[in-house]
Amino acid sequence: MLILWRKTVNGVMLTLTGICAFVTASALFLILGYLVWNGGKSLDWNFFTKLPLSPGELGGGMANAIIGSAKIVALAALIGVPVGFLSGVYIAEFSGKAMANVIRYTADLLNGVPSIVIGIFAWTLLVVPMHHFSAWAGGFALSLMVIPVTLRATEQFLGQVPLALREGALALGASKWRSVATVVIPAARTGIMTGIILGVARVSGETAPLLFTALNNQYWSKGFGEPTASLPVMIYTHAISPYEDWHRQAWAAGLVLLGLVLVANIAARMVLAKGAASQRG
Amino acid sequence: MIMSATPKPGITGTRSEETVESPAPPAPAAATGPKLRASNVNFFYGKFQALHSISIDFPENQITALIGPSGCGKSTFLRTLNRINDTIRGARFTGEVVMDGSSITQVDVTELRRRVGMVFQRPNPFPKSIFDNIAYGVRINGLARRSEIADVVEKSLRRAALWEEVKDKLNKSAYALSGGQQQRLCIARALAVNPEVLLLDEPCSALDPIATSKIEELLLSIRDQCTLIIVTHNMQQAARVADLTGFFLMGKLVEFNKTDVIFKNPAKKETEDYITGRFG
Repeated sequence: MLILWRKTVNGVMLTLTGICAFVTASALFLILGYLVWNGGKSLDWNFFTKLPLSPGELGGGMANAIIGSAKIVALAALIGVPVGFLSGVYIAEFSGKAMANVIRYTADLLNGVPSIVIGIFAWTLLVVPMHHFSAWAGGFALSLMVIPVTLRATEQFLGQVPLALREGALALGASKWRSVATVVIPAARTGIMTGIILGVARVSGETAPLLFTALNNQYWSKGFGEPTASLPVMIYTHAISPYEDWHRQAWAAGLVLLGLVLVANIAARMVLAKGAASQRG
Repeated sequence: MIMSATPKPGITGTRSEETVESPAPPAPAAATGPKLRASNVNFFYGKFQALHSISIDFPENQITALIGPSGCGKSTFLRTLNRINDTIRGARFTGEVVMDGSSITQVDVTELRRRVGMVFQRPNPFPKSIFDNIAYGVRINGLARRSEIADVVEKSLRRAALWEEVKDKLNKSAYALSGGQQQRLCIARALAVNPEVLLLDEPCSALDPIATSKIEELLLSIRDQCTLIIVTHNMQQAARVADLTGFFLMGKLVEFNKTDVIFKNPAKKETEDYITGRFG
């Protein structure tokens, strides 16, 4: 009787955990399949080269949103990566322990701030004084999300560099900053780069901060001072519209966005694998 | 770090004397005078005192071995000589270490470490090519022109008896080498900046006997170029390579003398007990 009970519990638990694991794995493939099915149908060359058209007109695209997203994300990386990286170096290598704890905790809080709040903040700080939406404001908002991710990746991978390498450099007459710049950071380079790529890929899909900052644009935007189209916002506006052909365009944009994030993920993994291989020789 | 340098000109070292306070007999190999002189070195990790008034003279172009059981302070002492212990929070030392007449706390620490090289217990090549590993110290110290670096690299690898094994793969990662080769690479890397003193902290403890004997040959071959101080757990190793041997116990220098004397006719009972394997 006891044995039967034990076997039943065992079987139930095995089934339950198995089902949950299956649900997790299938969620990604369902999303992926849905996107490919719906987006693939409406994805064509025009999507990458043409501007959006009015509902009912065929042959429109989202070229401006693709370039707009690239501009905003590049700006976010340009601001966020150096700031996050250098502060990560500071707390991992130079600051005292107490200071490092404070900064790390602050970064974690910043990472936890809902993206919509970041959007309002950037709107108040940049959009209101400038009196118009712009790629500047969008890039700034996203950079606030890049900073904590970069900082944590930098600190984590620098922390994994063995003491023996640091002492090896110091014992040859390297100063502290020199040993960090020439031995410690290069040793952690692949890990840090992977973290940065994943972080930047993650924010490239953010919508909420851009609604308040870069807004959207049906046309090309010149420079960084005008309202700028981006793929996530374009998906949002097209998906909530009542038009069937705009829905299809939204699916296509979703597919492209997911494709870009996927490519970034694979690239990050390849960087990491290549780094590991070169360390093994 | 708090450095209270207290020069004690009357003290020349402990030699075979028991305590540091008493004046010592003349150095056993004092032909050229000491390259490095430690006087009354006390070392603290926080409140814990790891070294108790250590005084040793290290003669130039000789190999000095420091032996003793684990935790006796020999590595701590070695790491005081190039001030690499400065990087440990809460660590400080008192007393004085003098190299060529000037205190090591007076000279710039990076210059001190250039002149006093160090090889560690486990090989620690940088994750760079073999060439760049050797060139590292030369580059950061600006010791050679860009065009001369290749020569320095070859010369250093030859001095470490590694050139023939790696000359065709200088651009390969240093991690591709075996453990013994990596350790010789680390010695070559240290030699590339022309150190006057080379500290070795149990350099063979992670190596097999063949790799160990290669390192020992290497140490004997570079003795005429620099002053060597080696910490070792392996008493046979001390007997094979060292001209002088110091025995450490519980943070104190028990005995210091010519290696033959230490091994054949030690003055102290503790030394004899350790050497004959009664403890440690």
